[in-house]
Order: sequence, then structure tokens, then C-alpha cells
Amino acid sequence: MDTLTVYVDGIGFWAPGLADWPAAERALNADIAPQTDASARPSASVLPPNERRRAPEPVLIASEAAGQACAMAARDPAALACVFTSTRGDLTITDTMCTTLAADPRELSPTRFHNSVHNAPAGYWTVAAHCHASATAVSAGDASFAAGLLEAAIQVHADGGSVLLAAYDIAARGPLVDVAPSTLPFAMAFVLSATRSTTSRACLQLRHSDQPAGVSDVPAQFAALAGNPMAAQALPMLIVIARRQTRKVVLGSGRATSLHVEVAS
Amino acid sequence: MPTRIAPLSITACTATSALGHGRAAHAHALRNDLGGLRPNDFTRAPLTCAIGRVDGLESQPVPSAFADYDCRNNRLAWQGLGADGFLEAARACIERHGAGRVALVVGTSTSSIGATEEGYRELEDGRLPARFRSPPLHSPHSLGLFLEAVLGTRGPCLTVATACSSSAKIFAKAERMIRLGVVDAAILAGVDTLCDSVLFGFNALELVAAEPCRPFDPARRGISIGEAAGFALLERAGAANAPRLIGYGESSDAHHMSTPHPEGLGARLALADALARAGLAPGDVDYINLHGTATIKNDEVEAALVADVFPPTTRASSTKGFTGHTLGAAGILEAMLTLIAMEQGLVPATLNSRDADAVCGPQLALAREERAIRIALSNSFGFGGSNCTLAFAGGTSA
Repeated sequence: MDTLTVYVDGIGFWAPGLADWPAAERALNADIAPQTDASARPSASVLPPNERRRAPEPVLIASEAAGQACAMAARDPAALACVFTSTRGDLTITDTMCTTLAADPRELSPTRFHNSVHNAPAGYWTVAAHCHASATAVSAGDASFAAGLLEAAIQVHADGGSVLLAAYDIAARGPLVDVAPSTLPFAMAFVLSATRSTTSRACLQLRHSDQPAGVSDVPAQFAALAGNPMAAQALPMLIVIARRQTRKVVLGSGRATSLHVEVAS
Repeated sequence: MPTRIAPLSITACTATSALGHGRAAHAHALRNDLGGLRPNDFTRAPLTCAIGRVDGLESQPVPSAFADYDCRNNRLAWQGLGADGFLEAARACIERHGAGRVALVVGTSTSSIGATEEGYRELEDGRLPARFRSPPLHSPHSLGLFLEAVLGTRGPCLTVATACSSSAKIFAKAERMIRLGVVDAAILAGVDTLCDSVLFGFNALELVAAEPCRPFDPARRGISIGEAAGFALLERAGAANAPRLIGYGESSDAHHMSTPHPEGLGARLALADALARAGLAPGDVDYINLHGTATIKNDEVEAALVADVFPPTTRASSTKGFTGHTLGAAGILEAMLTLIAMEQGLVPATLNSRDADAVCGPQLALAREERAIRIALSNSFGFGGSNCTLAFAGGTSA
């Protein structure tokens, strides 16, 4: 199969100051930079209150976006296989753990350690959603959005049913700022299906190319948002969806490859 | 229930672990009950435990053309690629199908975090020293980036990082890509290496045994951590004697981040899906390579599930006593050990374990058994309640 076609039945979005997809949709249709609010925190109402207080930031923002997408698609999250993707993982925990390990490794917190796994957001999400379906956590450098999207589309077609995709990154801290830059938290989510339904907002036709191609760029007014690596990867497609355009988006894939996505409303 | 899948051939495979370099070293260890665990000589700060360490990584950097990726995890990947002619087989596969038709799917939990830890120990004015400023050394995808550069694949490339199920789930992802025709072949890799994060992290959770791990023994006290690299090549067609991937199941416990579901619900679902995709009944299974970490909880839940589902003719053992728990590499390492067991016609011992916990059924093999294995399963369960069961069939003898 050269092309995989999936329908976007639900969209979730969270960035500081853009708390959901309707807010993002307005912002992405504008010619000016969106107002951001560095103090904003997601409500992540899908998580039980005690988890919400303790949860690492990637769990909060990914769950927030995932919950929004399921609500828009009117799907029960318990029944959805899910794919979580992140370029850098939990940079806060990486920074804290490596600082502790350098100072006194015996002081490492057990909770911080089990939260350090790349699939922590997937794990907390499945617990909160009572989801026993397959949950996956992936990463692919600057192609993390493309890899997560392709993996979710493959699952849609391989096993039938809808699949939840959640993509996120948080801000870098400490010495990691030099090697894993990211200036703010961002998360988005899609509920993807093989067939069009009444809630379908967009159609995506995915084709992997074994050749490099110019990756779709982010318009200048969204440069601040694109300081987050996942936002930089996902925004070109989200802008086309928000503007209800029909257009090809090219996503960076591997070292010298690309993912071509025909986006239509 | 999922529908039955067409089997895929495993046309090349290899493993490197504390048992040695390549399949023959692993077969020798299984045939002679020779474990690879040793007292911890890895951490700077003292930690009393046994580890499954691969020798020589400290003095064997990756080739200079790939210096930006040089770290313990990628060194082990490089060493592993060289065993059993795997690198040549992978390149021939790329030549055969075209680079764009070959996926690279890797599983790891540690990735290159050991390099980040090292950089933090040597901070200069709060910054990583120059030799630690290569971004691929601090990426969850470090292994994938390194192997993609080495192999030159141009199909989809991604890292699966679901803790201790990571390199089991890569078989499922590759099967779906091949079935849908996204690619014609997939190179699978699972690599995890010893680092302070996992040794002191599992220790903080009070899950590390002071002595070599004793899976399913009533006196078990926790895991021993190891490191390993495993590689496999998956294609639609292969030689008649090539082993085959015939099924897999993936599920979530939806229970807790680091404790298994008390009734093994997720493990049971993964098992049922694997059997359904393979078109098998429990009685068809000759051998199960168990997750068998030697934690109190994992072994209790897994043993009860096996006792409940399988007849006594199904044999089951854990090879963690040989290699330690190699975490993100455990899925593919134990898949390789399962294939070696099939090829050798032996059920590996549950090394270091003297007695079976009362919860174990008659399926558990404490001692090595000579036995033909036609159909086998391998279990991998991870933090976040991530479960994966793989099903394999042996190749027909030539």
C-alpha cells in the first residue's frame, strides 16, 4: 500500500495560553502571534485529582490533549489503542535524575524513577481511561510527529477501529538546554479512524517517501510556539486543518526521507 | 479478537549479552547452564547486586565516522551488529528490497541516558562539557539515529520506548508495516545498557536482589539488571528452515505505573491476542520464555496465569538468571533465546532457582530439559502496565 488514508475525528491542543483546539483554531487562523501565558497549567480533568497533583508535566499535557480529542470525537478512551510520541521525553525528570545521580545516586527517588520511562504518559493515561488496549510510546528525533502519526495510521488499518495519537514535548531545563532545546510545553492529539464519520474534521493521506524533501515550515507569527520541537513538527499540519484548506504538508521523516501528507477537510 | 496473521520469516538474527557475542555463545550457555551474572563492578557508588555486563565496551568506541553517536548503548549496538554476520545480512536485505522498502524499528528504554549521566558528573560552569554536546547523545532516539546512519535504511525509522516491553513491541510494529505493504522487510534492534539510572532507580524501588536473581523461587528477592543487544531481520519469505514470527499480543494493565495488575489482566489479554493471531490453542504451545524477573509480584502474577491457562505439557522457564533483566532489550534478547531453545531442542533452566513458588503450576521447568519445541511464546511486561507476548514457530529442518 503506497498511501494510508485516515480521518481526524477529534483534535486536542494545549500550549500555554491556548488551552484547547477552538482557541488554537482561532489563533492559527490569525496573522498575528498568539498571546501566551507562561503560568497556564492544563486542567487534565481526565486524571484523578490525586494523580493530577503529582503527575509529571508530560503526563498532564498529553492527557489534557488526549482527553480533548476523545471528547470531540465522542469516543470512549477505554476502547482506543494509543500512540504517544515525544521528541525529547521528560526533560525535567532527566535533569533532576542526572543531577541526583551525579551528587548521590542513593538519593534517587523511586517515584521519579518509575515516572522517568518514556511511556509514563501512556501508562498514566491507560490507568485513568481504564484502557486495556495496546499503548505505545515512540520517539524519532525531529521526525517524532511523523513517526507517531504513521504508526497510528498503520494501527488504524492493521487492526481496524480508531486509534488515539498524542504528541508532546516540555521545556528543557538546566544543562539540557544546550543539547535538547525546547522553550515551552506543547501537546496535541488526534483520534484517527479508517472511515469518515459525522465528527471527521480532516482527511489525511500519508505516503512515506525514501527521498528528502523540503519540510513545510511554520509561519513567522508562530515562531515562539515552534520553540517547542513537537509544535514545530505538528503546526504546519494543524494550520492547514484549522484553516480548512486542502494542501500537501511535508513532514521530516528519517535522516534522508520524508512523510508526505495530503490534508483535506 | 484479532484475526490470524500470515507468518513472517526471521531471515537473520543475533544476540550479544553477558552470555557472550553471538548465537553460538548463547546456545553454549543454555546447553551447559552457564550464567553470565557477576557481582556489581559497574557503579562508582557501591551497590550490592549482581549484574549482567558485556565486556570490552569501555575500550571499543563506534567507528570514527559515527563519533557523534559514541556512547555505551551505541557501542553495544555496534558490537552486536557484528555478530553472526548480521550487518552483512542487513545490508544484503537492503540491497534486495531497496533502502526505501526496509523499515528500521528499534526498542530501548535506557537509550543513551548513560552519556547524559556522565555529562552531568562533569559539568563545567553548569554546562555539559564540549565532548557531551552532541544532541544525538541526549535523545530517546539515539539508537535509531545511530543505526539509521550505519545501515542507510530509507524506510520508516522509529524508536519504541515502553520500558521493558520495548523490543518485544517492535516485532508487532514491523509485522503491521509489512502486512500493509508500507515496507517489504524490517530490521529490528533492541539495545539497553547498564547505567546509574536503572541500577539506582530499581534499587530505590527495592526491586534489586543482593544476589543473582532467582525467578519463581519462593526465596526470590528481586531482579538482577543486565545489558544486551539483539537484532532480527523480518521478511515475508525466507528459507524453509528459518524460524517464523506467527503472532503477537499487546495490552495495557490500566492498573499502576510499576506494579502489575494483581490478576494479570493485561498479561492475559496479550496472551489471548498472541494465540488468536497465531491461530493457536494453549495446548499447541511447547515452550514459554517467561518474563520471570524474580520480583515478588511479577512472578506471582505470571506463574498464576501460566498455571491457569496451559496444560502441563507446555514447558515454561525464565532466562533472567542467565542474562539478568536487560530491560528495553529483554524482548528481543529473550526472543533470540527462545529461537535458540527451539533450534537446540532444549528448555532452558530457570537458573539460580532451587524451588518453585507454590503458585507455580507443573509447567515451570527449574532444570534444563531436552525436548523438541515447535511452537513457543515469549512474554515481556513493562512499567506503565505495558504487556507484549510474541509467538514463534520453528523452521522445518532441511
